[in-house]
Amino acid sequence: MQTIDARGAFCPGPLMELIAALKLSAIGDQIEILSSDKGSAADVPEWVAKVGHKMVGVTDKGDHWSIIVEKAK
Amino acid sequence: MAKNILIVGGGLAGTIVANGLCRQLAPQLRSGEVVITMLGTTETHMYQPGLLYVPFGRIREHELFRDQRKVLDRRVIFHVDPAKHIEVAKNQVSTEGGRTLKYDYLVLATGSRIMPQSIPGMAEGAHWFYDLEGARKLRDALSKFEGGKIIVNANAPHKCPVAPLEVTFMLYDYFKGKGLLDKCEITYTYPIGRLHALEPVALWAKPEFDRLGIKYETFFNTEKVDPEAKTITSAEGVTMPYDLLVTIPPHQGAQVIVDSELGKGGWVPTNTKTLHRDGSTNVFVVGDTTNIPISKAGSTAHFEADVLIDNLASLLTENRMARDYDGKVFCFIETGTSTGTYVWFNYTTPPNPGPPSQMVHWFKLAYNRLYWLSAKGLL
Repeated sequence: MQTIDARGAFCPGPLMELIAALKLSAIGDQIEILSSDKGSAADVPEWVAKVGHKMVGVTDKGDHWSIIVEKAK
Repeated sequence: MAKNILIVGGGLAGTIVANGLCRQLAPQLRSGEVVITMLGTTETHMYQPGLLYVPFGRIREHELFRDQRKVLDRRVIFHVDPAKHIEVAKNQVSTEGGRTLKYDYLVLATGSRIMPQSIPGMAEGAHWFYDLEGARKLRDALSKFEGGKIIVNANAPHKCPVAPLEVTFMLYDYFKGKGLLDKCEITYTYPIGRLHALEPVALWAKPEFDRLGIKYETFFNTEKVDPEAKTITSAEGVTMPYDLLVTIPPHQGAQVIVDSELGKGGWVPTNTKTLHRDGSTNVFVVGDTTNIPISKAGSTAHFEADVLIDNLASLLTENRMARDYDGKVFCFIETGTSTGTYVWFNYTTPPNPGPPSQMVHWFKLAYNRLYWLSAKGLL
């Protein structure tokens, strides 16, 4: 599984990194994104639901979040 | 035995590194202890941020270009001979022209490229300004445009993260100047749930768009463009009609990186502080080529290059690294055709843009010429 460490990344930020990575992935691939931006725990699942990918999980790691997404289309 | 530094890529990042190393390693270059070679793809060096001004007739095309040999320190051996295969296991690079170059230290500065062809219909139905041909076509389209629906459409990933906002504000001013505002409807689309990746910039832009009557559609990732029906559709399921579509196409890294299996999409996995290629001790990555999750921008390339110059010079003369890259990025933001602001941040300091002013805009115009001093490693 590919992991993108976007902790402390102000621009382009965790969701933009995830979108870019998914474009280079195959259907069924899972990507983990690490984010220290509290907004990511909400906006990543919101976007994933809009597009129709699959949320595998959001885990609060204390000082950051681990968000795992599966490419579904 | 001379130490060979090979720089692949003649854009801003590679050029600053080459020129900076020449300054720091002058005695070693004179004695022949160090040799610096660059592989480029063209004879000319282009000031890429200047492309933004081409559609609006606010920069002359000749101002964008200089002879790369004149931008480079004359001690750099420069070949217009693109790299064809990079073999890090053998410390060598082969070229399209048939050369095979061995190196002691390799700098990957192969940059990024627009990929409108990666989205169905985009190349046929959209305009852009991220290359000269596209900027010229957009200039021609604008000169004939008499009003209608304009969509400014940003796609991930892209370099110069503020360009989508800048071109939107500049289009507004352009139509206002031509007396066409009442016949124009500008809509801005963005891949994530706000108007810009940088939250403070997004918070600033929203009331500005509301004040100017610029519409916006967030969570919009282009799935297809229909050039016949003149519609654009997002992966999120929104379809909008357009009369003029100005896109910021998705980008990828260089094909040679993909072909050499150095990184998916042409982005090379890179240490965020040392700029080493992951898994290498003598291969460094700089500029758009890295997979570091920060802005792909000229200033990023510049600040990374400054660190890399110090580290390479220290490695060659003292066998140690000098310092870490701190993630610094600085971007001017044009907020129209007569005002601008700027933003800077690093890995630990969040951005905090100030209010737009004429003075910052004028400084940006001055920088359009000062750029050549940056490329020469003097600024």
